[in-house]
Amino acid sequence: MSAIKPKHQRLVLLVVALAVLIGAGLLAAYALSTQASYFYVPSDLVAKPPEQGRAVRLGGMVERGSIKTMPDGVTINFMVGDGKARVPVRFRGITPELFVEGSGVVAEGRMEGPTFVADNLLAKHDEKYVPREMKDMSKAQAKAVIAETK
Amino acid sequence: MIAEIGLAVLWMAAALAALQLIAGIIALRPKGAQLGTLVRPVAVMQGVLVALAFAALVTLFLTTDLSVKLVADNSHSAKPFIFKLAGTWGNHEGSMLMWVTIMAVAGGIVALVEKRLREDTLIATLAGQAFVSLGFYAFLLLASNPFERLPEPAPEGAGLNPLLQDVGLAFHPPTLYVGYVGLSIAFSFAVGALVTRDVGPAFARAMRPWVLGAWIFLTLGITAGSYWAYYTLGWGGWWFWDPVENASLMPWLAATALLHSCSVLASRNALRAWTVMLGVVAFSMSMVGTFLVRSGILTSVHAFAVDPERGSFILALLAIYIGGALTLFGLRASTVTEGARFSFVSREAALVFNNVMLCGILGIVLLGTLYPLLTEAMGVKVSVGPPYFNPVSAIFAIPMMLVMAVGPLLRWRQDKAGRITWPVAIPALISAAVLLGIVLLAPRVSLLSALGLAIAPGLALASMMPLRGRKLRRTPLATWGMVVAHVGIAVALFGMASESAFSTEKLAAMNPGDSQQVGPWRVTLQGIAPVAGQNWTALDATVAASYDGGEPTMLHPQARTFANPPGNRTESALKTRWNGQLYTVLGEEGEDGRWQMRFWWKPFVPMIWYGGALIALGGLLALLGRVSSEVRRLVATGKIAYRRERQGR
Repeated sequence: MSAIKPKHQRLVLLVVALAVLIGAGLLAAYALSTQASYFYVPSDLVAKPPEQGRAVRLGGMVERGSIKTMPDGVTINFMVGDGKARVPVRFRGITPELFVEGSGVVAEGRMEGPTFVADNLLAKHDEKYVPREMKDMSKAQAKAVIAETK
Repeated sequence: MIAEIGLAVLWMAAALAALQLIAGIIALRPKGAQLGTLVRPVAVMQGVLVALAFAALVTLFLTTDLSVKLVADNSHSAKPFIFKLAGTWGNHEGSMLMWVTIMAVAGGIVALVEKRLREDTLIATLAGQAFVSLGFYAFLLLASNPFERLPEPAPEGAGLNPLLQDVGLAFHPPTLYVGYVGLSIAFSFAVGALVTRDVGPAFARAMRPWVLGAWIFLTLGITAGSYWAYYTLGWGGWWFWDPVENASLMPWLAATALLHSCSVLASRNALRAWTVMLGVVAFSMSMVGTFLVRSGILTSVHAFAVDPERGSFILALLAIYIGGALTLFGLRASTVTEGARFSFVSREAALVFNNVMLCGILGIVLLGTLYPLLTEAMGVKVSVGPPYFNPVSAIFAIPMMLVMAVGPLLRWRQDKAGRITWPVAIPALISAAVLLGIVLLAPRVSLLSALGLAIAPGLALASMMPLRGRKLRRTPLATWGMVVAHVGIAVALFGMASESAFSTEKLAAMNPGDSQQVGPWRVTLQGIAPVAGQNWTALDATVAASYDGGEPTMLHPQARTFANPPGNRTESALKTRWNGQLYTVLGEEGEDGRWQMRFWWKPFVPMIWYGGALIALGGLLALLGRVSSEVRRLVATGKIAYRRERQGR
C-alpha cells in the first residue's frame, strides 16, 4: 500500500483514534450497566430481589446470636438485618477480625435461592478505615435511633 | 527547631517556584530575554531547598519528636527504625511533601543537565514545572502543613496502622511517587514545546529519558504493590481492580503509550500532536490518581485523611492543570505541523495501533473507576469489579498483544507483510498449538485464561525475533530493552493466566496433626504456639508441607496482634518453587478447638512479578542505552569543538 498524503494521514489517524475511543466508551457503558454490582440493604433486597446469581453487595447488621458454624468448621450462616427485614447469609472462608455479632458488615456475593452466598465479607477494619457503605449506613442508623428515642 | 527550619525552607522554596514562573514568563517576551539566565539556577536552588525540608521531616520522624503533630499522630517511639523512616511518607502530609520534593528535585535536574533543547523551550518547560509545583506548594502550606506543632508535646505517638507496618511500605510509595511525578516533567516538556511551538524530534529526545525513568518506577511500584497486596492481605489475589490500584495503572498505561509515541517522534519525526497530547494525559492521570487516593472519596488503607477540604483543593488543582493544558493544546494543536508520513504496513502504524489500544484500555479503566462515584451522585451505590474489568479490557489487550508480536519486526515507514511471514508464522503456530492443547486437555479453563496461556509463549518467541540475524554483542541497548520488556509482558501474562486457570484452594478446620491435600502438596498442621516480635505478638502455626511426597518444608503462617495502635493482621507464609507457590493462611480457632486454615497452590504465579521486573529491566536497559549514546555524543562534539579551537589557533 502506498503512503498517503500527510494531511489525509493525520485525518485518518484522528478518525481511527476517535472511533476506537468512542467504541471503548460505548462498550464500557454497556458492560457497566450489566456488570456493576449494586448495593442493597436487607429491606431493599427483600422488597426487590436482584436476579439470581448476579453479583451484588449486601450491607447491614449481623444479628445477635445468629452466627452458626457448620460442621466443616469453615462455613458460617448468619442473618443480616436492618431493623425492617433480615436475609440469611452463607459464607465459606476466614472471617475478618472485626466481624462480630451486632456489628456492621458488607457482604459481596449473590443470591442463590433465598440465601445470600457471600464470597467476601468486609467488616469495619479499624477505627480509621470503614467500608464506605458502612459509614453511611451507621449514620442512617444513628438517625433512626435518635428518631426512635425522641 | 528542626520543624521551624523545615517550614521556613519550604516557604522559601515556594517563593523560588513563584520567581521561576514569573522570570520564565518574562523571559519568553521579546524584551525580557536577559531574565532567562535566572531560570536555571532558581530551579536548582528550589530543588535543594525542598530536599532540605524533606530531610527535616525525616529527622523529626527518626527522632520521634512528639511535639510535632504529624509525628505524634502517626509514629511511636517503640517502632522499628525502618518503619519510623517509612512513617515519614505513610501519611497524608508527609506523602504530599514527598511529592513536591520529587517534583522540585526533578525540575532541578532538568535545569542542570538538559542542553539539547532550544533555550526558550527549556525556559517555558521550567516555568511550566514551577507552575505545577506552585499548586502543590499551596496545597501543602495552606491545607496540609507537615511541620505543625502541638501546643503540648504528646506523651506517646499514636503509631502506624499495622497493615502499613511492612517493609513494602518503605519502598512502594516512594517508587510510585517518583513515577507519578516523573510524568510531571513530561507534562512540562509538552507544555513548554506547545508554548514555543517547538514540537519536534529534539523535544521528544529531551522528554524520552524522563518518560522512561518515570515508567520504570511506575512499573516497579505497581509490581511491588501487587506482590505486597498478595501476601499481606491474605486473600491470595494479586490484583483486585481496587480504585487505588487503578489509580496507579492508568498513568502506567498512558506512560506506556507516551513512551512508544515518543520513540516514533524522536526517530521518525511523526506523531507530533499525538505525543504532546499523551504527555498531557499521562500526568493528568497521575493527578486523577492522587485525587482519587488522597481526597478520601475512596475509603481504603490508602486514604489516610478523609477531609473534604483537601479533596476540593486537589480537584481544583486538577481542573486548573488539566483544563489549562488541554486549552493550550486546543489553541496550539493546529500550529503543530504533521511530521513524516508512513504506510499502513509499517512499524509506525503498529505503534499507532497499540497506542490507540492502550488509550482504549485506559478509557475503560477510567470509566470503571469513576462509575461508582457518578452513580453515587445520583443516589445509587454500585461497585465495579473483575466481571467488568477483565473481559472488557481484554477486548483491547488481546489485539494489542498480537500486534505487539508483529510490530517490532516491521520496518519503519513502509514494509511488505510478506517479508516477515516466517518469523510471524512460527510463534503463531506455537500459540495455536497451545490453544488447541488446552481446549482438548483442559476444556474447563476459561476463554480468557486459555487465550492468555496460548498467546504468552508465541509473544515471548516473537519478541525475541528482532534479535535474529543480529550480532548480539553489537545490538544496541535500546533494542535489548525492547526485547526484554516485551518478553516480560509475555512472562507476566503467562503467570496471570496460569494463576486464574490452575489455582487450587483448600479451606479447612484442622486439629494439630491433621493433613490436607492441596494440588500436589500434602500439608500437615503440626501445632500452634504464641510468639512475640518487636512490637507485636502472634499465634504461629507450624505447617509441614511436602511436594509430591518429597521432604517436608516448614511454613509459619501467623495471626499477628499489634499494640500501637491496636490491630490485627494475618501474616501468610509462602513456599516458592520454580513451578509455583504454596500460600498458607492461619485463620481463627473455632469453638471446637479446630483451627481454620486456608491453602492455595498457584502454579507459575511468581511469573507475574518476574514479568513485571523484566519489564522494568527492559526500561532500564533502554534508558542506559539512550543515556550512554547521549554521553558519547556530548564527548564527540566536545572533542570536535576542541580540535577546531586548536586548529583555529
